[in-house]
Amino acid sequence: MCAQPAPVPDQSADPIGRVVLDARDIARALTRISHEILERNKGADNLVLLGIPTRGVGLAHRIAERIAETEGVAVPVGSLDITLYRDDLRRHPARGPQHTEVPPGGIDGTTVVLVDDVLYSGRTVRAALDALADLGRPDAVRLAVLVDRGHRELPVRADHVGKNLPSARSERVMVRLAETDGHDEVRIADRPEPATAPKGEDA
Amino acid sequence: MNKHLLSVDDLTIDDVNTLFTTAAEMHDVQRREVKKLPALRGRTVINLFFEDSTRTRSSFELAGKWLSADTINLAGKGSSASKGESLRDTVLTIASMGVDALVIRHSASGACHQVAEWVDCSVVNAGDGTHEHPTQALLDAYTLVRRLGTLEDKHIVLVGDLTHSRVFRSNVGLLGRLGARVTVVAPPTLMPSGVEAWSASAGFETSYDLDEVLPKADAVMMLRVQRERMSGGFFPTAREYTVGYGLTRDRLAVLGEEVPICHPGPMNRGLEIAADAADAAQSLILEQVSSGVAVRMSVLYHLLAGEGASA
Repeated sequence: MCAQPAPVPDQSADPIGRVVLDARDIARALTRISHEILERNKGADNLVLLGIPTRGVGLAHRIAERIAETEGVAVPVGSLDITLYRDDLRRHPARGPQHTEVPPGGIDGTTVVLVDDVLYSGRTVRAALDALADLGRPDAVRLAVLVDRGHRELPVRADHVGKNLPSARSERVMVRLAETDGHDEVRIADRPEPATAPKGEDA
Repeated sequence: MNKHLLSVDDLTIDDVNTLFTTAAEMHDVQRREVKKLPALRGRTVINLFFEDSTRTRSSFELAGKWLSADTINLAGKGSSASKGESLRDTVLTIASMGVDALVIRHSASGACHQVAEWVDCSVVNAGDGTHEHPTQALLDAYTLVRRLGTLEDKHIVLVGDLTHSRVFRSNVGLLGRLGARVTVVAPPTLMPSGVEAWSASAGFETSYDLDEVLPKADAVMMLRVQRERMSGGFFPTAREYTVGYGLTRDRLAVLGEEVPICHPGPMNRGLEIAADAADAAQSLILEQVSSGVAVRMSVLYHLLAGEGASA
């Protein structure tokens, strides 16, 4: 009853716009990000991957799998919901928070890599940093995103980027992942943004 | 969700499931070192309790504080109400201070509905007379769902002073809508008048024989004998009530070790519930209290956080 609902394929995944990353591109990008994380961290010691729901969690698990293949180390993976830390809560109907799960060892003294699908305004990351501060005190926090589409409203920069995707504000970037949507791809569509950010898009 | 939470009937099943899912996340927050979320920063919640209360008032206060709302507790005693000010003037005065929500407990059934018509802010019913106590029903159901997994086809038995119990009134409606089979048990003098028609429409059963019902229960909820609301003699002696309707040590043995025991508190130990039952391993009584904070956090969040919430 209180568990998170099982992922349901997104019925709104219309084949609109053009594909900018297909499944193989996403796989390569995640492999590269995994290697970058290991190089930057000089190995897998003391790493914790925290995915930002919904799609960031799946990406974090995939990065952990690649790190395990490369280093033979199981990096702890968790999820960090930022719903209750958003600065625009009063602009939308109240949304239910998603699950936050910190690995059993906690995050104190670790290097936390936040993982999300799209980096846009930077407000999600700001909220994630606030949420993280309530959970503990990592030694360092880094940010890995599959797509950076620009248009930052806050001084936020990703450490690891799958693809830089210059976009117009009027465009939508839609990330679909097998875990949540049944297939892997990133599309960009020339369509006015709705009042609320669509699934798979940073707000 | 509606602007107010006055009755469990204000909630759809989707609302209830959303509240439970959010409450589960709020429950996790209670286990953190930093029990604080910024979701209601800048919001103000006044707990206006015209009746005595320990757990409900402190539960709402903690819920508001852990969501970063400014919360103030006001009691009927010691406030202007005790100087003769009317309920309407009291709530309008407080609402005029720019509060976002009033959490109200009052001895008069329907008081919260009346207040909701007078003020612009959200109103949460924290118990009105013998009428309703919706957040108690939500936390009871939430606690049982966490223990039993689902309430679908589960047999829940409510026992005790039904006539004076707002918990009973809120619970039968909600538990039934969540799929539970509900049987209420009380001596004839404490069974509400007109219960037959109500039980037929709401789908619960009534019984005067606890020993006949108890072996079939998947969960049992003992209700407090509310002696402060009793104007006459509803049973000859406390001993006689215990023999007929108390969850005694003997009945605990019949119940077995797996069937959860609930009580909304405060308990009359030795009257409606034996100490052995209250402290048994299957007792959810303290879990109800901790669930209460999570459920009230969930309610305040969904009433006050989003667009269109009273400001």
